[in-house]
Amino acid sequence: MRLFEQPAHVLHDMLVKKEITSAELTQDVLARMDEVEGDVKAYLHVTKEAALVQAKAADEKIARGDAIAFLEGIPCAIKDNICTKGVPTTCASKILEHFVPPYDATVMTKLEKEHPVMLGKTNMDEFAMGGSTENSGFYPTHNPWDTDCVPGGSSGGSAAAVAAGTAIWALGSDTGGSIRQPASFCGVVGMKPTYGRVSRYGLVAYASSLDQIGPIARDVTDCAHILNVIAGHDEMDSTSADAAVPDFTKALKEDVKGLKIGLPKEYFVKGMDADVEKTVRAAIDKFKELGAEVVEISLPHTDYAISTYYLIAPAEAATNLERYDGISYGERVNGADVVELMTNTRSEKFGEEVKRRIMIGNYALSAGYYDAYYLKALKVRTLVQQDFTEAFEKVDVIMAPTAPTPAFRIGELVSDPLQMYLQDICTVPLNLAGLPGISVPCGFSSKGMPIGLQIIGKALDEETILRAAYTYEQTQDFHTKMASIGGKNA
Amino acid sequence: MKVTKKDLDNVAVLSRLSIPEEQADKYMGQMDAFLTYVENLSGVDTEQVQPTTYALPMQNVFREDVVKPSLDREAALSNAPLKEDGYFKVPRVLEE
Amino acid sequence: MNYEAVIGLEIHCELKTKTKIFCGCETGFGAEQNTHVCPVCLGLPGVLPTINKRVVEFGIKAGLATNCTINQYSKFDRKNYYYPDLPKNWQTSQYDLPIAEHGWVDIDTESGKKRIRLTRIHMEEDAGKLVHSGTNIKDSATSNVDYNRTGVPLLEIVSEPDLSSAEEARAYMEKIKAIMEYIDVSNCRMEEGNLRADINVSLRPEGSKELGTRTEMKNINSFKSLEDAINYEIERQTEVLEDGGHIVQETRTWDPERGITLSMRSKENAHDYRYMPEPDLPPIVTTAEQIEAFRKELPELPDARRERLQQEFGLSDYDAGIITSTRAMAEYFDAMVSEGADAKAAANWMMGDLSKNLNAEGKEIQDSPVDAKRLAQMIALIDKGTISSKIAKTVFKEMWASDASPEQIVKDKGLVQITDTKEIEGVVDAVIAANPKAVEEYKAGKKKAIGALVGQVMKQTKGKANPQMVNQLLASKLDN
Repeated sequence: MRLFEQPAHVLHDMLVKKEITSAELTQDVLARMDEVEGDVKAYLHVTKEAALVQAKAADEKIARGDAIAFLEGIPCAIKDNICTKGVPTTCASKILEHFVPPYDATVMTKLEKEHPVMLGKTNMDEFAMGGSTENSGFYPTHNPWDTDCVPGGSSGGSAAAVAAGTAIWALGSDTGGSIRQPASFCGVVGMKPTYGRVSRYGLVAYASSLDQIGPIARDVTDCAHILNVIAGHDEMDSTSADAAVPDFTKALKEDVKGLKIGLPKEYFVKGMDADVEKTVRAAIDKFKELGAEVVEISLPHTDYAISTYYLIAPAEAATNLERYDGISYGERVNGADVVELMTNTRSEKFGEEVKRRIMIGNYALSAGYYDAYYLKALKVRTLVQQDFTEAFEKVDVIMAPTAPTPAFRIGELVSDPLQMYLQDICTVPLNLAGLPGISVPCGFSSKGMPIGLQIIGKALDEETILRAAYTYEQTQDFHTKMASIGGKNA
Repeated sequence: MKVTKKDLDNVAVLSRLSIPEEQADKYMGQMDAFLTYVENLSGVDTEQVQPTTYALPMQNVFREDVVKPSLDREAALSNAPLKEDGYFKVPRVLEE
Repeated sequence: MNYEAVIGLEIHCELKTKTKIFCGCETGFGAEQNTHVCPVCLGLPGVLPTINKRVVEFGIKAGLATNCTINQYSKFDRKNYYYPDLPKNWQTSQYDLPIAEHGWVDIDTESGKKRIRLTRIHMEEDAGKLVHSGTNIKDSATSNVDYNRTGVPLLEIVSEPDLSSAEEARAYMEKIKAIMEYIDVSNCRMEEGNLRADINVSLRPEGSKELGTRTEMKNINSFKSLEDAINYEIERQTEVLEDGGHIVQETRTWDPERGITLSMRSKENAHDYRYMPEPDLPPIVTTAEQIEAFRKELPELPDARRERLQQEFGLSDYDAGIITSTRAMAEYFDAMVSEGADAKAAANWMMGDLSKNLNAEGKEIQDSPVDAKRLAQMIALIDKGTISSKIAKTVFKEMWASDASPEQIVKDKGLVQITDTKEIEGVVDAVIAANPKAVEEYKAGKKKAIGALVGQVMKQTKGKANPQMVNQLLASKLDN
C-alpha cells in the first residue's frame, strides 16, 4: 500500500514512530500527482517547492526529537477561495487570475501553527457557484472514480484530490452543499460545520450568511482532528460563534445505542436515484442494528428550500461580487471611462453561471421586486429553520442522502441550470438553517460510483454527528477503497 | 414572459455587465424559467413570519477602538492593475 | 406670486474615533496616500467588517443629544452603487433601522426660536478620495485613488425640510456642529471635511402645504458656501418659476468660485441602491438601561448652558447664545470665570476685542494667542484699578503679539494708571489754562464741552490717568 492511501492519523503515527519521513510522504503524494493529475485536474496551483521545504522542516523537528502537531508534515490541499498570503487565490475565476492576497485567511493562520505541508490550491466552480466544478473559469475537474464524471462541486478539486490520493486531506467550503456533495461523489468524508464554527475571514465570499469552511478527508477521525485545528471564535469574523470548542476527537466513540435518528420523508422522494435510496436505507438499517432508534419525521418546507436558497445566495453574491471591477486589484479590461472599464472587465472575465447569478440577485434586490423575491425568501428561510428546530425536539440527528444521485457525467446538466440546482435539495436546507452536516461513504452505485450518507446535527453539536459517523465507519470499509484512477498502486 | 428586455437591460446596468444583443433572448429565457421556478414561494403564507438575515441568532459583536497596523503601501498596491505615485490609477470618472 | 423656500439638510459628521468604523486602521487626517489601509478597508476578496464599539456609542450619544429616539434594534445595510472611491462598490450604511430617529433641535431665527425636526441619524463609512489629473473631474483624463479615508466613521444627520432660509440653514448647521462638539464625538473641522452637508431646496407658493420639486447640492463644506448655495438656488428657482418654467429634480454642484449651481445632468433612475441587510454584521441591540446610562454621560448641552449663563451670571440671552454656540467658546468663558474674572467683563471681552482679533486673522478661539488665563489676569488688573479699560485695549494688543503676562506688559510699558491726585491736578490745571474757549462754553452751560478737556488730559497722560478722577477734578475746578 502506498503512503498516499493512508489517512492523516495513520501517517501521523508513522511519522512519530519514525517509520517514514514527511519528505518521503510528500514525494509519494507528488509522485501520485504526476501519475494522475493530468486526468483529474484537481489543482489550479501547485506549490511543490514550498511543500518540500515544509516537509524538510517537519523532518528536522522529528529528528531533533521534538513533539509534532497532528497535521505536521502531512500534505494537504486548500480550496482556491481561501486566501493564502503570497500564494495565488483565484476562486477559479479569470477575474482574479493573477491575484495574490497580501494576507492569510484565519484558517490558514490557524493551520500554519500545525505546520502541515501545503501542496497547492484546488479547483472549484467559479466563486463556488455550482455543483460540478464544470463552472471553473480554467478547466473542469474529473472524478477519480470515472473521469467522464464530475467530482461534484463546488469543492470538486479538494474532494477529487483526496479521492485520487493527490492530497491526504483538504479544506473546502460549503454554501449549499459544496463540501458534502463532492465528498459524496468522490467517496470521501466531507463535513460542513455549524455556521460560525469556523471563521470565514479570508474565505472569498459567495453568500455570506450561508458560507462555511470545512474539512474533506479520508475518514471521520481525520475530520475531527482537522476541525479541532480550524474551529473557534475569531474576532475578525463577527458572525463566528462565540462558543467553547470541544475536543472533537473525544466524540470518536462507537456508541449509537438509543440515538434517535429522524428520516425526513421529504428527502426520499421524486428524482432520487434507486441505487442511492437503496444504499442510504441500508446504511440506516445498520444504525438500527447498532441500537439506534429510527423515526420518520417531516420537514414540510423542504420543497421551498431550493427556491429560497437560489434567491438568497445570488442576492448576497450580487453585492459580494461588486468589488471585482478592475479598479484596485484583479484583472482590468480597459474602457474610455470608469463605467466602461468596470463593465468591460466584468463582462469579459466573469463566467456564464456567475453572470447569471449576479443578474438574478440584482433582479431580486431591485426596486419593485425586493419584497416579492428577496424579502419573501428571507421569510421562508425562517420557516425552513423552524422545521429543523421542531424536528430536533424529537430526534438527535437527521439522516438523508447527501445527493439525490451519484456523480453525473461531465456536460450532462451544464445546459440546464435549473436541473443542476435541484441536485442541492438534500444539502441546502442545512445552510439555510446554519446546521452542521457530514457526508460519509455508504456504498456504491451499480456503476461503481460512490454514494454518501448525510448526517445532520443540531447547531454547534458536531460531536453527535461525528460520533454517529465514526460508529458507522467502523462497520464497513467503503472509506478505505481508493478511486480506480490510474489503477491501484499504479 | 415575466422578464422584459427593459428588465434585462436594467439588471445588466445594475450588474455592470453588458449582454450582447444576440444573447439577450437566452438570458431572458433563463431568468424567466428561474423566476417561474421560484414562484412556488408565493404560495407560502408568511404573513406572520419574520425574515431571517443571519444563519444563527447573534447580536452586539463589537471591536474596541484600538489601532492595528495597516498594510505597507507596497502590499496594498501589489495587485493594482495600474498605479502611480502610491495611488491606484483609473481612467476618466463620470459623475453620476 | 411670492414663494417660500423649503430646505432640508443631510449633514455628514466625521467621528473622532482612533480607528475606522469596520477595521483597525488609523483615521488621522493628512497621512500619505494609501498608508492607512488594510485588506478590510481595501475591500479585498475574503475580508469581513467588525463594528467599532465607539462608533455605536457616539451614534447613541448624538441621538440622545438631539432628542431622538434610540432604536433598540438597529442594523447595518449595504447601499450598492459603483464608484472607484468605494472599493466594495457598496457603502455599509443603515437603511430601515438607523441608530436614532425622530429628534429635534431649536435654532434662533429673527422671529424667535424655531424647532427643526430630525428625521434620523445613521452610522456609515466614508468613501476614499479621488485626485484628478486635471483641474476638476470633468476635464481629467485620469484620476488617482487614495483609500485612506475609506471607512472613516460618519454619522449622517438628516433633517426634515423645516428650514426656510439660508440663515436658518446656517443656524441649524451651527447648532448641530455645537452639539457634536459638546458631546465630543467629532472635531467638526469643516476645512478638513469633518462636517459636510447635502442640501435639498424647493420652493412653493407662500402658504401652500404642498412641496415643490427639489434639487440637491452635495458636499457643501463651509457655512459661507451653505448660505451662498441656498441663496443662489432660491433665486434661480424663483426665476424659473416666474418665467413659467418648472424645476427639474436633479443633483446640482455648487461652484464656489463662480458662485453658481450647475446641473450635473444625472441619468434618470441612475440610483437603485438595492439596499440589503449586511449579513456579515450582527444587529445592535441596546437595552433601555444602557440608553439611560448614555444619557447620564452626556455633558451639559448648548441650550442648557445658555440658560445657565443667564441665570448664574446675568448675561443677556444674546451674549449667552454666542458664548455657548461653540464648545470652545463656552470652555474659554468657563476658564476665565474659574480664573476669577467677572463674568460680564469676561463676556464683553470675548464678544469685543477677542472676537475682533480672531476674525481679523481667521482664527478659531482654541487657537487664540491670548488664552483664557491671561485674559482673566488682565481683567483682574482693570478691577484692581491698575489699568483703565482704555489702557487694557493696549495691553490686549501686546498680549496678542507676545506671551508675556499682562502684569509684565503693564510694567514694561509703564502703563500703570495714574491715580496720584497731585499729578493729575497738575495736568488738569495746565489744560484749563490752555483751553479758555472750552472752559468758557462749559461755564456758559454747555456741559458737554468738558469732554474735550477730559480728552486733552488723557492725551497728555498717554491715557494713563484714571478717567473718573480726571472727570471729578475737572468738574470741581470748573464749577468753582
